[in-house]
Amino acid sequence: MASALINVPAKAKRGEIIEIKTLMSHIMETGYRHTATGEVIPRDIITSFTCRFNGKEIFRADLFPAISANPFFTFFTTATESGKFEFEWIGDKGFSETASASIAVE
Amino acid sequence: MRSSAIAAILLIAAGAAASEIPPGDRRSGFTFMAPDTKAMQNDDTANPAMLWVLDGEALWKKKTGNAGKACADCHGDASASMKGVAARYPAYDKALGRPVDLEQRINSCRADRQQAAPLAYESRDLLALTAFIARQSRGEAITAGDDPQLKPFVEKGRALYSQRQGQLNLACANCHDDNWDKHLAGSAITQGHPTGYPIYRLEWQSLGSLQRRLRACITGIRAQAYDYGAPELVELELYLMSRARGMPMESPAVRP
Repeated sequence: MASALINVPAKAKRGEIIEIKTLMSHIMETGYRHTATGEVIPRDIITSFTCRFNGKEIFRADLFPAISANPFFTFFTTATESGKFEFEWIGDKGFSETASASIAVE
Repeated sequence: MRSSAIAAILLIAAGAAASEIPPGDRRSGFTFMAPDTKAMQNDDTANPAMLWVLDGEALWKKKTGNAGKACADCHGDASASMKGVAARYPAYDKALGRPVDLEQRINSCRADRQQAAPLAYESRDLLALTAFIARQSRGEAITAGDDPQLKPFVEKGRALYSQRQGQLNLACANCHDDNWDKHLAGSAITQGHPTGYPIYRLEWQSLGSLQRRLRACITGIRAQAYDYGAPELVELELYLMSRARGMPMESPAVRP
C-alpha cells in the first residue's frame, strides 16, 4: 500500500514564492543489510523524484541508499499561473507512483 | 577509591528510594526532542506516521472477513465514534476478565464481528488501523485506568515497572522516575509517558507500537522480553497510561 502526502497551497498570488512538501511511503532498503542467515537483503529504493508543473519539469532529485525510509521532499517555486503539479516517484522493483495537486493563482 | 565506593553506595541508596514524578512535573517525550523533530510531528504533511493513518482510513472503510463488514459499517464516522477511545485503552474486557490494548481490541473485533483472521503484531495493517483510531484522540486527555475493575492490573503493572530485572538489574523506575532529567549516552532519558503511540520512531524508520517500545527497553536492560500480546506487557501499558493520566494524546507522534 503506497501512499503519498502532498502539501501545496490551494491559492497563491502571482509571483509569490510557495513551499511544496511531499512525503512518499517507501521502505528504502539499502541493499547493504543482511538477514540473520547472512543473505543480502536486495536493494529496494526510490531512485528518482520529479515534479512537473503544467507538463514542465520544475524539480528533480536522484535518491541513493543513504536516504531514510519514507522520503520527504520540500522545495520552493514561484507561482506564475494556475495549474497542476504532477509528482512522480520511480524506484527499484518497478516502483512507480504518481500524485497531483492543483493551485489557483490570482 | 573509598569515596567513589561511598558515592556508589549513596547512588544505589538514592535509587532504592524511587519516587513517583509529581503530576506537575510530568513531561511528554515531545518536550525532550530537538526543534526539527518537533516540527516534523506538528506538521501532518511532514509526519511520516500520517502515511499509516491514510492506510488506516482506507482499511476502516474496507469490507473484510466472512461477515463482509467494514469497521465503518458498525462504528460509522471514526472522527465521532473513535474520539477519545485510544485515550482510555488498555480497557477492561469482560469476556477475558483482563485488560486488552487497542491492538488486541481491533483483533477481537475482527474475530467476533468481521470473522476475519487476526492481524499480526507490528504488521502494516494493524499499525495503520491503530494509528488511524489513535489519531481521533489527538488532544484528548488520557483516562486509561479509571475503570475500578482495572485496579489490580494497574497494580501489577506498577509492580513490573518497579521490579529490577535483567543482567543490568534495572527497573523501569530507575531510569524513568529517578533519572529522567539526565542522558543515556547522547539521548535524553524521558519520563516514559506513552502519549503518542503508535509512534514513528526515527531509529526504526517505521511506525511501532508501545509493546515494541517496551520490548526494546526490556532487551536494553538485558532481560528476556515478553512476547507480543503477553498479559505482562498489557499491564505495563496500562500502568504507564494511568501514570500519564490527564496528559494530552499526541498520536501518532514522532520520536527520535
